[in-house]
Amino acid sequence: MDSLSQLDQVKTTAWSGGRSPWSVEYGKIMMWFFLLSDAFTFSSLLVYYGAQRFTKFTWPDPDLVFQSIPGIKDSGAPLVFVGLMTFILIMSSVTMVLAVEAGHRRSKKEVVGWMIATIIGGFMFLGCQALEWTHLHHEGFWWGHIPAIEELKHFFDPSVASVAANEAAMKVSGQQFANLFFTITGFHGFHVFSGVLINCIILGMTINGTFERRGHYLMIEKVGLYWHFVDLVWVFVFTFFYLV
Amino acid sequence: MSEHNIHTTEEHGHEEHAGLDKKKIWQVFGILLVITIIEFIIALVIIPGHYMSQHVGNFVYIALTLLKAFYIVAYFMHLKYEKLGLQLSLTVTFIFILYFITLMLIEGGYLHLHMSAAA
Repeated sequence: MDSLSQLDQVKTTAWSGGRSPWSVEYGKIMMWFFLLSDAFTFSSLLVYYGAQRFTKFTWPDPDLVFQSIPGIKDSGAPLVFVGLMTFILIMSSVTMVLAVEAGHRRSKKEVVGWMIATIIGGFMFLGCQALEWTHLHHEGFWWGHIPAIEELKHFFDPSVASVAANEAAMKVSGQQFANLFFTITGFHGFHVFSGVLINCIILGMTINGTFERRGHYLMIEKVGLYWHFVDLVWVFVFTFFYLV
Repeated sequence: MSEHNIHTTEEHGHEEHAGLDKKKIWQVFGILLVITIIEFIIALVIIPGHYMSQHVGNFVYIALTLLKAFYIVAYFMHLKYEKLGLQLSLTVTFIFILYFITLMLIEGGYLHLHMSAAA
């Protein structure tokens, strides 16, 4: 081989420059790293929640706090409503990934259909969350507010709640629970809300034929990443607030 | 020659992007659904029936949650089909979170021992 083709050989590896070593489009890499930073924010919030819970002598029992199905049953159905919310969000993640798949085949009609389904799922989740917040608010929980001690007692393990000396501890951890619940699910709900808005925007762009003219549906993939991330965060919120 | 190579890598990249077909999507959905149902069975039947302590249950929940996270990130977010460099840069970074969790557990354990009487 002559020296020129040897030089050429050197330049063909992924990291020798002149190409994207990860073969990922710029906007997609930036979405990934935005999501990484967002994951750190959510991790910090959840780690703080865990640390508080671990520190406190007692903590509200999730099965006693979350046991209503708004409009159907006021108590005695732990996890059912949040199970529905989890199902809705996983389902909307599936419709999103089906939209991405349809985008690969450049089938505009299918992308529009699956995007509409995703947006409906997002609104359903937000509606459920609004009901959940309203319910807790009616019970007396809010940022800086907890129910009166007689009411508050019902959310703790009976063996703890029956001892009068535990009242101060129940007030402190009840308040921490309320603050962190509304902050973390609120921050997540805000992400869902912005996700729905972005989904609406790219639905409009798809209908207008913007991606068809561009020749690719990469934007659907990027927004899809964000939407799956929102689902991913919910998986963790669900575990640490409702199950553990 | 080098241009030719770049061209083939890109084509290969596009092939990989098409790696998730409808069948696989519904399969992953099924796995996520089954894991969630297992979590509900643990929460509503196994722990109340004292077949498992809450303490052990918590570890099971966290393991199942990480498993669900794997399926969402690997398949729905397509990370399994990306290049190793991107995979590593997005996952290894969570060492900082593990470090943070460890710190807060140690700190929380200390506070739990020394503050439980007051609050």
